[in-house]
Amino acid sequence: MSVMDVSNLTKDFMRKLFSEGKRFDGRGLLDLNDVSIEYGVSNKAEGSARVKIGKTEVIAGVKLAVGTPYPDSPDSGNLIVSGDLLPLASPRFELGPPGFLGIEIPRLVDRMIRESGILEWEKLVIKAKEKVWTIYIDLYPLNDDGSLTDAASIACLAALRDATMPALDKEGNIDYEKKTKEKLPLKRDIIPLSFTFYKIGNSILLHPTREEEEACDTKVTFGLSMWKDDLMINSCQKGWETTFTLDEINTIIDALPGKYEELSKTLNKALK
Amino acid sequence: MALKRPSGRKANEMRPMIAKVGVVPNADGSAIFGFGNTIAIAAVYGPRQLHPQHMQDPSTGILRVNYDLLSFSVSDRKKPGPSRRSQEISKVLEWALLPVVNIKEFPNTVVDVQIYIPQADASTRVAGINAAAMALAHAGIPMRDLVSAVSIGKLDKDLVVDVDKEEEDFEEGEGATDFPLAKVSNSDEFTLLQLDGKIQPDKIKEALKMGAEACKEIYEVQKKALKEFMK
Repeated sequence: MSVMDVSNLTKDFMRKLFSEGKRFDGRGLLDLNDVSIEYGVSNKAEGSARVKIGKTEVIAGVKLAVGTPYPDSPDSGNLIVSGDLLPLASPRFELGPPGFLGIEIPRLVDRMIRESGILEWEKLVIKAKEKVWTIYIDLYPLNDDGSLTDAASIACLAALRDATMPALDKEGNIDYEKKTKEKLPLKRDIIPLSFTFYKIGNSILLHPTREEEEACDTKVTFGLSMWKDDLMINSCQKGWETTFTLDEINTIIDALPGKYEELSKTLNKALK
Repeated sequence: MALKRPSGRKANEMRPMIAKVGVVPNADGSAIFGFGNTIAIAAVYGPRQLHPQHMQDPSTGILRVNYDLLSFSVSDRKKPGPSRRSQEISKVLEWALLPVVNIKEFPNTVVDVQIYIPQADASTRVAGINAAAMALAHAGIPMRDLVSAVSIGKLDKDLVVDVDKEEEDFEEGEGATDFPLAKVSNSDEFTLLQLDGKIQPDKIKEALKMGAEACKEIYEVQKKALKEFMK
C-alpha cells in the first residue's frame, strides 16, 4: 500500500464522477457501505466489539472502574470516551500525543452517546454521592479506509451493549476475574447512530473510502437516536475548511430519517 | 405555548451586545465582543514568517486559532492550559473563520488568532468567533466577508436565541439543546455547526433561520465597531 496522498489527477476524476452521481465501487453517493459487527475482541474487557464499514475496522473496549462522582452530578455514573489512532492501522498515523483527529473522534462519539440518553446514569451509582461506576470506552482503528467516526460510533454502541458488570467484593473492590451475568444498565430501545456527510464540489457522500474522503472539502457529523417516537438529533459538528449552504444542510437534514432507519434495521440483528 | 426564559428575554432576543476593536495595542488587530455576561477578547498577529521553517507552505499562508477559557472565567476554577475541549474548539473556530480569509495571498506565513474568555456565561465560542472576525478585519487581512455567530437553544420544545448558562442547564421536558452556529455574514453559507442535546430534524431548519436573522443583527454591531475605529 502506498503512503502517497491521493493525487490531484485522481481527485479531479472523482469530482467529475461524483457530479454524475457515480463512485468507483458502484455505490450511489448516499449509499451506505457494508457494515458488520463482531464481539469478543478482548475477554479482559467488560465489553468489546469490532466494527467494519467496508475495509475500515474499529475496535472498542469498555472497562468499568469504581470512581467518585463529579461534583456537578453527584447522583450519576461517569463516562469517559478516549481513543488513539494507532500506527498499526494506517501509514498516515504516527506515535505520540493524540493529534486532532484522535481528540475529535472520541469527543464526537462521547457527545452522541451521552446526549442520546442511552446510559442509565442513576443505576451506575454504588453509594450515593461517594461511589459510582466510571465507564471507560476506548476506541482504536485497526484499519483506516475512511468513515472512522461513523465506524467508531457503532463500535462504541456495540461494546456498550456487550458489557457486563464485574463483581464487587465485600470491601467494595472490583474483582475483574469474577464476571457477573448483570448487563451494563442501558436503555436498550435507544440506538444512537452517527452519520458523517462529506462534501466535494456540489456532491454529498456517505461512508466514503479513505481515497474519497481525502478528496472532500468539508464534512458534517450528525448523531441521531429515537426518543419517545421522535427521531432526535443529539449531536452535530461541522468540520474542515469550506462551508455548507443552507440548501445543502436542509438536503442533509431531509436524508437523516431514511438513513437512520436503514442502518438501524441493518444493525438490529447484529446488536446484542 | 408560554415560553419562560429565566432571564425574561423574548425567544429571539439576544443579550445586549458590546463590540470594540483595537483593545490590544501590541496586536496587528484585536477586538472584544460580548453577549451580556459572556466576554471574548481576540488578538491577531500576522501575517508573519512561520517557524519552524519546515512548517511553511509555499502555496498558502496558515491560519492558526487558539481558544481558551481563562482560569477565573467560570465558577469552578478552570485548570490553566489546553484541554481536549479547548483544542477541539480552537480547531472548529479555525474552520469557522478560514472560509472568509484570503490566506492564500500570504505564502509561507502564519496568521495567529488568539481568543480568550475572561468571563463566561455560555455561548463563549460564538462570542469568540465574532471577536476574531472583527480582529482579522482590524488587522487588515484581506477577507471576502465577515463571519457572524450565535447559539440557538432549545428549552424543552421552544427555540431561543443566544443561550446563557442558566438556559444551558435547563432540564425539563426535552431538556436543553445548544446549537452554536456561524455563517458568512452576507451569504447563506454556514462555517460552524455544533450541537448537543435533543432536537427534531425539522426544528433544525427553523433554528438555522433564527440563527441567520440573529447574525444579521450581530453583523451590524460588528460593522459599527469597525467603522467607529476608522473614524
